[in-house]
Amino acid sequence: MPLRQALGAPAEPIVKVGDEVGRGQKIGEANGFVSVPVHASIGGKVTAVSRFPHPLGGEQDAIVIEGEGDDSWHESVQPRENVEALSGDDIKNIVREAGLVGLGGAAFPTHVKLSPPESKPIDTAILNGAECEPWLTADHRLMNERPEGILRGLELITRALGCERGIVGIESNKLDAVESMRRALSPGSNIKVVALQVKYPQGAEKQLISAILGRRVPAGGLPMDVGVVVQNVGTSLAVYDACRHGRPLVERVVTITGTPLSRPTNFAARIGTLLSGLVDEAGGLDGDTAKVVSGGPMMGITQFTLDVPVIKGMSGVLFLGPDEIDVLPPEPCIRCGHCVHACPMKLLPTTIEKLVMAERIDQAVATGLNDCMECGSCAYVCPSRRRLVHYFKFGKYLAYQRKKAALEKSEREKGKGA
Amino acid sequence: MQDRLIISASPHIREDVSVKRVMYGVVIALAPAIIGSVYFYGARALLLTLLAIVAALVTEAAIQRARGVPVTIADGSALVTGILLAFNLPAGVPWWIPVAGSIFAIAIGKQVFGGLGYNPLNPALLGRAFLLASWPVHMTTTWLPARGGSLSGIAMRGVDAVTQATPLAVLRQVSDIIGDPSSTTHQVVQAREVLAELGSADSIANLFIGRVGGCIGETSVLLLLVGAAYLMFKHYIEWRIPSTYIATVAILTWIFGGPSGFFTGNAVFHILAGGLILGAFYMATDMVTSPVTPRGMIIFGVGCGVLTSIIRLIGGYPEGVSYSILLMNVATPLIDRHTRPKVFGEVKKRG
Repeated sequence: MPLRQALGAPAEPIVKVGDEVGRGQKIGEANGFVSVPVHASIGGKVTAVSRFPHPLGGEQDAIVIEGEGDDSWHESVQPRENVEALSGDDIKNIVREAGLVGLGGAAFPTHVKLSPPESKPIDTAILNGAECEPWLTADHRLMNERPEGILRGLELITRALGCERGIVGIESNKLDAVESMRRALSPGSNIKVVALQVKYPQGAEKQLISAILGRRVPAGGLPMDVGVVVQNVGTSLAVYDACRHGRPLVERVVTITGTPLSRPTNFAARIGTLLSGLVDEAGGLDGDTAKVVSGGPMMGITQFTLDVPVIKGMSGVLFLGPDEIDVLPPEPCIRCGHCVHACPMKLLPTTIEKLVMAERIDQAVATGLNDCMECGSCAYVCPSRRRLVHYFKFGKYLAYQRKKAALEKSEREKGKGA
Repeated sequence: MQDRLIISASPHIREDVSVKRVMYGVVIALAPAIIGSVYFYGARALLLTLLAIVAALVTEAAIQRARGVPVTIADGSALVTGILLAFNLPAGVPWWIPVAGSIFAIAIGKQVFGGLGYNPLNPALLGRAFLLASWPVHMTTTWLPARGGSLSGIAMRGVDAVTQATPLAVLRQVSDIIGDPSSTTHQVVQAREVLAELGSADSIANLFIGRVGGCIGETSVLLLLVGAAYLMFKHYIEWRIPSTYIATVAILTWIFGGPSGFFTGNAVFHILAGGLILGAFYMATDMVTSPVTPRGMIIFGVGCGVLTSIIRLIGGYPEGVSYSILLMNVATPLIDRHTRPKVFGEVKKRG
């Protein structure tokens, strides 16, 4: 159970080696506002609190629990009969205590998203059912299997935000999901289910809002700037489960897929399950595997080992065979402009790449480096196979470092003056 | 398995495209025009094309070896340069002309700047400009008449201009006669007859098919359009540059190109004659030397069109496609800088 599950600060462990824990018991406390608690996903004994490989790279603090067969919920998990009576603030507190984060991939703490500042009134809550990336089908399955829970969750989200309507956006290659969700709508509901054009990246927040409402989130801004909050359908279901059943977020749907697998599967996997375990459940690996990607093929993070746990933000794991990956070296940019046409943010990827390579970071930022969401569209179409996203990530890192250094310097100078 | 996992930045899948595929796509698109050139001008056209190709490949390989960088002549870019250089030569030039042109195009036009992707000017056009400046006689007097047609595309015996020049050169000569106050009435009458003949259905058909004199690869509009359609279908070129280029030439020559005042010019003749189609679809669209922004492409196309029209109508040469594109190549970085698209959600003024 990694203590770092989400964007923001990792949780602080509140159990120690030798403790008995129950399923759903809180084992890590949130550390600040942009942070969420972590709960035990199985009952058992804590055998280690130490550093382990983490799917976001490197090693992170984690709590190891060995199961002892007792899988009943901890006493802190109590269902609520009267969900209708919950106020907006109640919902936010429950969501926070349940350790909810966005399940689409970025894993931003949900209660933060549900608490916009008063200066930004929200009129619409959007559920993202566009399935962020090719290959991933976790949200698709959820919409077919638990549409009521998702919609009840959306009702709770709209209540927490104090907004009048909710919209579920689903790409039209999943019409069965559109159907399933529409059937589950209660009459007179303020929720709409809309079918969207199939394109990548339709599941990106800003593109989704533009497709559904025609509103454009200002560059450098957030959806709340145009009165919108976007949540993933899985998050919505988790909101419902947290409010209705009192269940903290201890499991999620994970797509385990790719050609080397004998049985690609969507699992409802406990947080903390090792990937190697899921691979065995999916029938093991048939073919050679060259890359293991946490997330989708366009934005996912490659793994160096299968001994990493499922975390809250892991929507899928993709296995790619040796003939599916690109190992050829990049060629010179021929200025074909395909990246410019492909960029959903209307940036000039080729120009920004050259600026980053020359370490002209200020100019790169002025040309829109930080507006890049790393969706990978530019690198996907590049005939020269240039490592565009690689350089954008690197450039953002350099920009962040420089900003930090400049801040520290100005603070030091302030200190001297005083 | 685990010691062989590859770690890299996203994305992990790519479209099945490569520089090589784009370049060979252009070669495929040029194939009909190559075959056409053999039909219209004989095996000599093919020989000159092959010489240009071999010279381009050898030069590229030699310089890359000397620079100590990987030899990349298999990527097809030097091959395309060789073909396009030959396409810009009269079919009657001596054998060493395409060789000299290709060497210059690759060495000075491309490798000096660092090779593929870094050249500011289209190498083939630069090679042609070099040849035109160095051996103007060879480059302007060695036209061959096309099989099944004449040099000028029209059949009028007894008029010198008609038998010795390409369509645009004939147009230039008769326009000069008509515009010159010292011309005799007889000369003017004859010139107007020639002019009318140039715009006749027969002449237009000859231009479209390619039964006229001209550079090896520029004359058959039909075959060039077949290849251009293939390039568009494959998304190797896009519509903005060629369409704005051709439309600008059409409008300007229609307005200013007539002998009897405004709006009497023959736009169809200007579109089909000379190297406009070859230039607009195959050379102005050269990815390396044209803008990458959508608005920049339009400005580039219009700029090429304006320059071509000016050169054709009032400049010193009958044809101006090559120089127009070269001049706009120079302007490309500037165009790109000033046509940066508005970022998604960008506000007009930042606080």
